[in-house]
Amino acid sequence: MRDPAPRRSLRARRVTSGAMIGLTVVAAVFATLPLLFILGLLLERGATSLNWAFFTAMPRPVGESGGGMANAMVGTLMLLGIASAIGLPVGIGAGLYLAEHRGQRLASVVRFLSDVLNGLPSIVIGIFAWQFLVRPVRHFSALAGGIALAVMMVPLVTRATEEMIRTVPDALREAALALGYPRWRTSLTIVLRTALPGIVTAALVAVARIAGETAPLLFTAFGNQFWSASLAQPISALPLQIFSYAISPYDDWHAQAWAGALVLLALVFLISLVAKFATRSRFGGGHD
Amino acid sequence: MSTTPLHGASFGDRVYRGTTAAFVLSIPALLVLLGIEVAVAAWPALSAFGFGFLTSSEWNAVDGRFGAAPAIYGTVVSSLLALVIATPLALGVAIFLSEFAPRWLRQPVAFLVDLLAAIPSVVYGLWGIFVLVPLLRERVMPFLADRLRLGGTPFFSGPAYGPSMLAAGLILAIMVLPYISSVTREVLLAVPRSQREAALALGATRWEMIRGAVLPYARSGIMGGIILGLGRALGETMAVTMVIGNRHDISASLFAPGYTMASLIANEFSEATNDLHLSALMAVGAVLLALTLVVNMLARWLVWRVERRGRS
Repeated sequence: MRDPAPRRSLRARRVTSGAMIGLTVVAAVFATLPLLFILGLLLERGATSLNWAFFTAMPRPVGESGGGMANAMVGTLMLLGIASAIGLPVGIGAGLYLAEHRGQRLASVVRFLSDVLNGLPSIVIGIFAWQFLVRPVRHFSALAGGIALAVMMVPLVTRATEEMIRTVPDALREAALALGYPRWRTSLTIVLRTALPGIVTAALVAVARIAGETAPLLFTAFGNQFWSASLAQPISALPLQIFSYAISPYDDWHAQAWAGALVLLALVFLISLVAKFATRSRFGGGHD
Repeated sequence: MSTTPLHGASFGDRVYRGTTAAFVLSIPALLVLLGIEVAVAAWPALSAFGFGFLTSSEWNAVDGRFGAAPAIYGTVVSSLLALVIATPLALGVAIFLSEFAPRWLRQPVAFLVDLLAAIPSVVYGLWGIFVLVPLLRERVMPFLADRLRLGGTPFFSGPAYGPSMLAAGLILAIMVLPYISSVTREVLLAVPRSQREAALALGATRWEMIRGAVLPYARSGIMGGIILGLGRALGETMAVTMVIGNRHDISASLFAPGYTMASLIANEFSEATNDLHLSALMAVGAVLLALTLVVNMLARWLVWRVERRGRS
């Protein structure tokens, strides 16, 4: 290491030290300020345009004030449902495999590739899903949107599941095997069951992460001003609706966008909060 | 390992093994499929324009001539700008949280910074359109150009529209800050206590301990965190699309509107006029894919190196 005491007076060194510590405090303040600004404004603008109709009514055409995002909320829930139905089994299964074949070359390659997949820009996943799922059938669909989100979910769930299963003591697994349990039953009923609260948390964190995604949905779910619950039709989603309202020139729609953003953020925070409690009940306070 | 106490068990084991193996193989399969699909879709444009696609700044859907240089330039500049702003702040927060903060303050502040990562991109964009961009146009840009007399320099010249490279860089800075700070915090916590105690025992002040004993030890991990943040910034789409102004132009001025690869795709894809236009956008996606792959691999490798050293 560098010489800790260059030829400077102790007082000067202490002053430098204090000043630098002060700067880290300033950095901490500056890093948290934008969050407080954004949350504050969101509450202020979102709450003024939020009412019961926002949850129950359909979007109104330009010029008519009021209306809501009922279809977008249902759309978001449907897309999250499709994504979870595909992404969770694949992610958990892959996580199980990785945890049970720790030393294998295949496991470390897949671990690396799932980090690579996790780091891909969401817009690239969007155009991939368009090319693969939308272009051949020539129309946008809720299913394509859900699958695009599932692709984003898989690496998150895989890595988190693996981490959780690693916390299960080997003794538990060995005890079950010694009792004559086949490996598959040991894995599914003992190991997975023990790690379940952690995996539930991981799943919820992944859902919270993708709930606000817009880019993968632009060319897959596409958005829809009308009511739709069909997998084969374009479907609306909160982030899509917020985007199209935000870039529109109408004040009514801007107000709706703020309300939508507040609802979306509330949804994301709610899921994250449930995720925290799911772990806490078993492990007594999570560490993230 | 295949001890099979019961006759039926071995069948169950094979099904279980086969299923989980199929799920695990779906990850590489997905990546290969993604690479092939994007490459195939990008091929017509890439073969029509060749290397010129990366260097030409002409983007004309009517004449069918496409060059991605402005979008590549905008992606790189906005991301680097974000890193220049976010890195000192993120390092400051991480050092504060791991070394100086009183215990009761650590969890809440770390939680708040992590929350920044939970806010959806489109919400940042909304805030950007209605708060950040007007603020830049009416206060910050006039202040920089006239008060500080930077208007004469090429970087702060031109009219203050609001939507600009500067707006994109600022919003990206807020968005990547939590990624850099959380990796840095983890890396700092992995620095052994003995390293700190040795420095203090030699008479170092607390800052000298950080600078001389902690930061050098954690350096490559911190680099990994910064590059991970870079990877996020390069691919960030919605917030940037909403504030960068979307114009095919290379300008040295941070006040000028620009384009990034991601925002170009988001903006023009659903309005693509013909097959070549669509393929050009796919080619932009392929360039973005290649760039983020390289950046992310570099970041993982750096973080992995520190973690391995920390373990042994």
